[in-house]
Amino acid sequence: MSMNLEREKASFEVADWAPIKISLLTKILYGGMVVTMLAAFYFIFLYAEIEKTMGAVQKIFYMHVPSAWVAFLAFFVTFVFSILFLIKRKRIYDTYAYVSAEIGVVFTIIVLTTGPIWAKSSWNTWWAWEPRLTTTLILFFLFVAYLMVRQMDGVWDKKARLAAVFGIIGFADVPIVFFAIRWWQSKFHPIVFGDGPSQQGGGIAPSMLVALLVTITAFTFLYAYLLHKGVSFENMKLKVDQYKEKLRERLEN
Amino acid sequence: MFRAALTIAKKDIYSELRTKQVLGTMIIFAGLVILVLSFAFDPANNTTKAVIPGAVWIIIVFSGILGLNRSLVSEQRNDTMHGLLVAPMEASSIYLGKFMANFSMILIVEIVAVPFLFLLFDFKVNGSILYFILVLFVGSFGFIAIGTFLAALASNSKSSEMLLPLLLFPMTSPVLIGVTQATKIILTNMEKLPSAIAWLQLVAAYDVIFFVLCFLLIEYVLEV
Repeated sequence: MSMNLEREKASFEVADWAPIKISLLTKILYGGMVVTMLAAFYFIFLYAEIEKTMGAVQKIFYMHVPSAWVAFLAFFVTFVFSILFLIKRKRIYDTYAYVSAEIGVVFTIIVLTTGPIWAKSSWNTWWAWEPRLTTTLILFFLFVAYLMVRQMDGVWDKKARLAAVFGIIGFADVPIVFFAIRWWQSKFHPIVFGDGPSQQGGGIAPSMLVALLVTITAFTFLYAYLLHKGVSFENMKLKVDQYKEKLRERLEN
Repeated sequence: MFRAALTIAKKDIYSELRTKQVLGTMIIFAGLVILVLSFAFDPANNTTKAVIPGAVWIIIVFSGILGLNRSLVSEQRNDTMHGLLVAPMEASSIYLGKFMANFSMILIVEIVAVPFLFLLFDFKVNGSILYFILVLFVGSFGFIAIGTFLAALASNSKSSEMLLPLLLFPMTSPVLIGVTQATKIILTNMEKLPSAIAWLQLVAAYDVIFFVLCFLLIEYVLEV
């Protein structure tokens, strides 16, 4: 027993303990996120005018839309890194795809909770089976399924391969889902940007547009920061696993 | 490639005809779904007629998922999957063969179960049977094409029977929306035929896109 302990100590000394450096990228992303987030709060609550018919409730718009944007961005990133993984077979691509999908699921949950809160006050219903809602819901299910594929038993490269395949067909599915549901029924969401089919899109006040763009920037920074952090966490996990493996080998010999 | 696929399909169907395990289960399950539907929606009530077109697809989806799961998990028991993989043929022909076997099985289930559904719910078809058969064909094609692919993906997991529905249902939702809408129009209101055909085109487009995509990606799924 004591011998084992000694050996354990010895191996700890062998493993090099480089002090964990906070990289420049982390600093930039963190700083950018904090600054834009604070700016976003100013623009949401002080700068943007209050909507005429919906009142202050409409402020949730600045959470809802950027979250939806980040969710779609995250899944797009998963899609791109899935393809990269299948071509290059490097573990880092797989890690990016995985972390991005996780963040995407979180932001989809935010969309799916802020949406009904807003809907209850402006449409007087919690949920409507409307194209964008249903598409988001199906997207959510698809990427929960993606995470389930990740939880499969087996070696990492098999799981990564299968998850990458699923990530690709899942993302390819999303536009088709959207068009299918759009044909199925379309009533509720106003078309905010561009001309709607009825030529009377809701439109948006300039101050609101500025606030929206600022929040979208803030959320994109948040996403980039979370992605960066998540990937470095995953890498640290791998490193710890490797150290454990080394330690086990030492103990056995 | 096609001949190899045909051989695999033949093998699957032969072994199925010997045991009659999966097909029997699927048909009996379809019957049970009809039974449950009769509890959920009163067959004597006239409004029930509105749910019958959707019920056709509930039956197909639920009994289809039983067969899909079986078709690839059965290759795992004696590790015959490795046998198929080392055989001198491409992974895509394994997919094609499995697809053909599953597709013919679901067609048999449909031939048995759908008339039973109409019979038991006393549903009179006001539309074109031919179009209805076309919808069944196109819809099942898409469902089985992506289903076979995802079954191959899920069969790597120990709990594949739990994983497969979770993967398959969201993925096939465009097909399911399309075919239920088309079936509803064709069986009850033939005047809107153009929109039913538009739905069919959407489903057919989905079929083509995903069939090609599955074809290209299957070799990554079936890698050893």
